[in-house]
Amino acid sequence: MDYIKAFLLAGVALFAAMGANWAQDPAYQLHAVLIMVIALCMFVWVIRHAGEPQKAKPVPTGYDDGVIRAGVIATAFWGIAGFVVGTFIAFQLAFPELNFDWGQPFANFGRLRPLHTSAVIFAFGGNGLIATSFYVVQRTGATRLWGGNLAWFVFWGYQLFIVLAATGYLLGSTQSKEYAEPEWYVDIWLTIVWLAYLAVFLGTIFKRRERHIYVANWFYLAFIITVAMLHVINNLSIPVSIWGSKSVQVFAGVQDAMTQWWYGHNAVGFFLTAGFLGMMYYFVPKQAGRPVYSYKLSIIHFWALIFLYIWAGPHHLHYTALPDWASTLGMVFSIILWMPSWGGMINGLMTLQGAWDKLRTDPILRMFVLSLGFYGMSTFEGPMMSIRAVNSLSHYTDWTIGHVHSGALGWNGMITFACLYFLTPRLWGRDKMYSMSAINWHFWLATIGIVLYAASMWVTGIMEGLMWREVDDQGFLVNSFADTVAAKFPMYVVRGLGGVMFLAGALIMIWNMWMTIRGPKTAKAGTTGTSPTVAAE
Amino acid sequence: MSDHTEKNVDEVTGVETTGHNWDGIEELNNPMPRWWLWTLYATIVWGIAYTIAFPAWPLISGATTGVLGWSTRADVAREIESHDAQNGALVEQLLAAEMDRLPEDPELLRYAVARGGAVFKAQCSQCHGSGAAGFKGYPNLLDDDWLWGGSMDEITFTVRHGIRNDIDDEARYSEMPAFGELLEKEQIRAAAEYVYSLSNDDAEPELAASGQELFAEQCAACHGDTGRGDREQGAPNLADAIWLYGGDRETLIQTITYSRFGIMPAWGQRLIEADVRAVSAYVHGLGGGE
Repeated sequence: MDYIKAFLLAGVALFAAMGANWAQDPAYQLHAVLIMVIALCMFVWVIRHAGEPQKAKPVPTGYDDGVIRAGVIATAFWGIAGFVVGTFIAFQLAFPELNFDWGQPFANFGRLRPLHTSAVIFAFGGNGLIATSFYVVQRTGATRLWGGNLAWFVFWGYQLFIVLAATGYLLGSTQSKEYAEPEWYVDIWLTIVWLAYLAVFLGTIFKRRERHIYVANWFYLAFIITVAMLHVINNLSIPVSIWGSKSVQVFAGVQDAMTQWWYGHNAVGFFLTAGFLGMMYYFVPKQAGRPVYSYKLSIIHFWALIFLYIWAGPHHLHYTALPDWASTLGMVFSIILWMPSWGGMINGLMTLQGAWDKLRTDPILRMFVLSLGFYGMSTFEGPMMSIRAVNSLSHYTDWTIGHVHSGALGWNGMITFACLYFLTPRLWGRDKMYSMSAINWHFWLATIGIVLYAASMWVTGIMEGLMWREVDDQGFLVNSFADTVAAKFPMYVVRGLGGVMFLAGALIMIWNMWMTIRGPKTAKAGTTGTSPTVAAE
Repeated sequence: MSDHTEKNVDEVTGVETTGHNWDGIEELNNPMPRWWLWTLYATIVWGIAYTIAFPAWPLISGATTGVLGWSTRADVAREIESHDAQNGALVEQLLAAEMDRLPEDPELLRYAVARGGAVFKAQCSQCHGSGAAGFKGYPNLLDDDWLWGGSMDEITFTVRHGIRNDIDDEARYSEMPAFGELLEKEQIRAAAEYVYSLSNDDAEPELAASGQELFAEQCAACHGDTGRGDREQGAPNLADAIWLYGGDRETLIQTITYSRFGIMPAWGQRLIEADVRAVSAYVHGLGGGE
């Protein structure tokens, strides 16, 4: 067994060495070297331990929390990375001199922007989803994760994906599809990791010891399966060479655009909505200590959401080469989606029935509630912006940026922070977070930051939309594009400040997590909660 | 574990639960909120109606067109049509007009300038600035210093054919030699000093004097004996303290050494005729028109 492993690793290292030698672009070369080094280190490790007698390891019992602890740290780490880059590029837009000459071409806005979006969505959000889904599926299935070390493969494989994607962007490797920028070999790697993730999650569901599957797991499962499908289809492309990163899409023209936004919108729908609703359905009732408000509502809004979201993509392509009929359908499905989206908010907020008083004393619960508020707001704003008449004003303006950030910072960010505050003491066996007042500070800094961000983007978005379409009584344009850019400057500064506040709150969280983990152990890790420790199976 | 035989009731709300329990989480058996359900139904009904009214459902070939007969193409066509209908007579006049005599018809001029302003904002402001004040290398169009002539006709010609491009045979063309290949550094310094002295008081007299000789030999053919330029060749006036690339000694030495070669596209190939005429009238009216 060890020899097969060693042989395979040597093969990977050799192939990567050839790739590094014949690489046609710097991104591919760096990645080949990186993979070669990783494979060589693993090869040496396997060789050194080959033939060692298997120590009789005790069969692991209880929940598998090691990989979740790693996931919590990775979530916090990538979150900071993504927020720092985001804040920096916000100021680059306000002050273009920040595209430093000495940093070209690596640190210009065009390369840092996908670094920011991928870091916050896939690295911060993705790690948060993987970690919480592993936590939730074990607790609500009363069983240990399936697949042993496969969960660790998912974790490290996903980190490798993030590093490959991020370094690729900086070196100019991109297939120019928004939120799907990584090139073909990175896509293939992510597919492998994602299928492993699906296997771990499904395996755990199959061996659960509860009769019913809890609603949070429906959402997580829908998220994992749909993202796999979206990812594979949107990234269908033919590499120009196996020694280079460039590839050519199999779709072209408006078909490619439609595939891209079918993917892009459902990245929002299944990654940032369904997955995070999975989080919500476990952590909100746990933190509030109350039952979920309505079982019926959860069934109906789950299936309605899953069915409707997948059709909404064309609203990203109003008034383009996309045929009118497709654009109408995208808009209609987006508007019918309004109530199914709000079902999650209602179920979350109404779960606090009988526990509203806790909002006064529990900043973590307050974060959950605020995130649901932003969720409700952006899932109303989204359908509204999908209406053709509204979209003709809002499209291509900063209003869109404000919309995604009220969702991403308010809903995804806040609920992830709250989950990290929930998980950290439990995973490291502490009674509670080191400082409750620090959580309060985080809450207010982040909230004010989001308000500054969203409000400034609404203002500039609507302003520039109106300026673009402003014509005189003879039908001629009144403003040049540069006029609209100049007019946005003050709001760009406000947006940047909002980012600084959001980042400052997250840094306080890091400090708080650090102090909690460093502090003395007070409870036995992994056994908190009402569920009994799972026995070995 | 679930147990359906006995009724579980949540004490706080008095609502029955489903009896399930996962890691301490239970579910209330509340009905769906009525307002939520009715709003969902309403959006579905609206959605069906909307897809009947507008193009929506794909068929084997094509798609339903909707009972209202609306389409984005028809919308655009209608908008263009109404715009054309509103201004059609003026466009005819503009196309027929002699450019130099445009100012004689105030209504037509007003129309041309309004139209030209819109063209300028979309097409010209990237280089010349949205206020037309120019940048280094891109002429200021607000002043009366013209490289190739500032009459309505001359401006129209420049806009239509452009400058030093290789897409229009009639493009305005001239090329200053790169004197770095012809003269010594000292000579260039002297010539630059002379040019500098034409619009400054603090030039070194001796150096400028030796530069004047060189200027007469090398530069006067185009820029004129007194450095006042020649519009026939697009040779700038060097005595008016208005500089396209900069009038300090260092920049002058650089310009003489390496020469300059500013290019402007031939807008006659990119814009429709009415827009060429309109934007020329707009530029003419910015302040420096002759």
